[in-house]
Amino acid sequence: MKPAERAVRVNGFPCRVWEAGEGKPVGVLGGFSGVPRWSPFLEQLSRGRRVVVPSLPGFPGGLGHDRLDDLMDWVAATLDLLEQAAIEGEDLVGLSVGGMLAAEVAALAHVRRLVLVSPFGLFDEHEPVADPFARKPREIPELLCARAGAFEELRDPPEGEDPAEWMIGLARADEAAARLLWPLGERGLAKRLHRIRVPTLIVWGSEDRVIPPSYADRFARGIAAAAKVHRIAGAGHLVDADAPHELAGAIEEFLRG
Amino acid sequence: MKLCSFHLMPWTDLPDDFAERYPGVWVDVDPKLFDPRRGHVLYNEFLDELELAAELGFDGVCVNEHHSNAYGLMPSPNLMAAALARRTQDAALIIMGASLALYNPPIRVAEEFAMIDCISGGRLVAGFPVGTPMDTCYAYGQNPSTLRDRYWEAHDLVMRAWIEEAPFTFHGRWNQLRYVNVWPRPLQKPHPPIWIPGGGSVETWRWCAERDYVYCYLSYFGYRAGAKTMRGYWAEMERLGKERNPYRAGFLQFIGVAETRAEAMKLYREPAEYFYGRCLHLDPRFATPPGYMTEGSIRAKAESMVARAARASSGGPDHAMTFDRIVDEGYVIVGSPEEVAVKLREVATELNVGQMMLLCQFGNMSRELAGYNIELFAKRVAPELRGLFDDRWENHWWPKPVAGASRAAPRPLGAVR
Repeated sequence: MKPAERAVRVNGFPCRVWEAGEGKPVGVLGGFSGVPRWSPFLEQLSRGRRVVVPSLPGFPGGLGHDRLDDLMDWVAATLDLLEQAAIEGEDLVGLSVGGMLAAEVAALAHVRRLVLVSPFGLFDEHEPVADPFARKPREIPELLCARAGAFEELRDPPEGEDPAEWMIGLARADEAAARLLWPLGERGLAKRLHRIRVPTLIVWGSEDRVIPPSYADRFARGIAAAAKVHRIAGAGHLVDADAPHELAGAIEEFLRG
Repeated sequence: MKLCSFHLMPWTDLPDDFAERYPGVWVDVDPKLFDPRRGHVLYNEFLDELELAAELGFDGVCVNEHHSNAYGLMPSPNLMAAALARRTQDAALIIMGASLALYNPPIRVAEEFAMIDCISGGRLVAGFPVGTPMDTCYAYGQNPSTLRDRYWEAHDLVMRAWIEEAPFTFHGRWNQLRYVNVWPRPLQKPHPPIWIPGGGSVETWRWCAERDYVYCYLSYFGYRAGAKTMRGYWAEMERLGKERNPYRAGFLQFIGVAETRAEAMKLYREPAEYFYGRCLHLDPRFATPPGYMTEGSIRAKAESMVARAARASSGGPDHAMTFDRIVDEGYVIVGSPEEVAVKLREVATELNVGQMMLLCQFGNMSRELAGYNIELFAKRVAPELRGLFDDRWENHWWPKPVAGASRAAPRPLGAVR
């Protein structure tokens, strides 16, 4: 199924919003590479819910990351984006990079239920987050995904797309992630996690090679509300790419509760 | 033309199997390979070499900045320039340069450069590179997506700090300073000549043209590879209506001079193979932090990048750098003094470069061989090249030191006591 597409503006820049499915809305903030294409994960999630996917600035479909100079700018832009997409205060799913911003949003503003899927945002020197920005290009797929082919399914240009433009879009997404995360340290989220007071599901792939799976418990301990940890065996960092059906199932079940 | 002696100050003791055993020479290069006692000797030898070049009449001596790097032992080129300021008399002190965005606040650079300009009596050339990804984003942790904006702003701040005649408030995007008031002030007015080392993006060329700065292409791959970049530079200058003054351009070239070509081929083989084999053993993990390259440059290179990515994934060939290839490709100009002079005149003319920077010590070249190379170049090559361009062009981008009679110099107090 093709999602409906519209554009909203954040700081004056266009950001794409994809929407599919019926019922109560659930917002999804994408991870590394953003959401370059409508994926099997989003497809399955949209069978039970109205799925709303706004593009963060700089990620495919969104512009304006180069105006965001610090974490405050990013969080404010994310709040704007959720408001513009009319999903503020609704259920929110954040994947990887988007997971960090979803956690920041939930610490500062209301969301109904929160799902964090291998989110960035914490750091432990004894068990550091890997550096995805210091890799040979051919090492990246297996760093981010555990399932062979999953990374290419996400990033290879679809039929009919100009490969050069597609690549430039993904390079911009990588830059946007670096702009937010570099140099991958903890940026104060640990001091704000306790403000998350809504039911939260934390999902982690057992084969995450970017953020050690033990970080799931760090998040759960920090969050004031009852946080549930769900582990997905065999999935890497991009859980939605590696295990789309199991992830969608776990989220559906949690949001129903 | 101007002939300047450049030094990278490389670590000379990387093991023979360095390229096989270690991931790279930069960022995470094994600190156990550094021996401070050997470092003590090397720094002194390297300074001797630059001092010799100055004494033998090179127009300038050049130092540069690298971090966590085993082929460039100058995290602070300013320290070296300060040492040289006292031990040289007339040579320009060319700092190629200070990576502005790394200093917080960047007025640190304005201060130190002004100190060196004062100590040396106005012999400073101020170089402002953005800095490599390895130095800036990895070794110094700068965000690749904000680096360039920070660099432009730091440049504006430093220039204002040098030029404005009263303390001022700087309220920038990245730097906010209530009181900017640089003491000491640079001796050269309104400021020392500005040279910008850059990789060859049109944006940098335009920026240099707008501000009337010298653009320098500092590549390790010689005149043949550099010709394309310099052609692009001059085409852009022409488009912008700038005169073709060769002193608008700087270029780096490795040099190996001996009495005969055969002797040069024998003498410079080992240091060249050391440099290209070990010093340039770069880890591609640290080459392309996202955002370091502007979207404009990505767009310009998109086609070739697609092709390159395809080659990389198919595991393209990785030729060992033999000396014959190094010479054939023009990375190093080797030969008798006559041959080197002819070649360098041809290169300077073809690339239209007036500010020529020569690397006479490279790799693990010994002090003795470096001294020999510098001396032969100064005595037998340089005289053949002096005066080139000067009949037609004026070098507006050269330091203007105070006249000899009013110039202070080291003056030991012992005699007075």
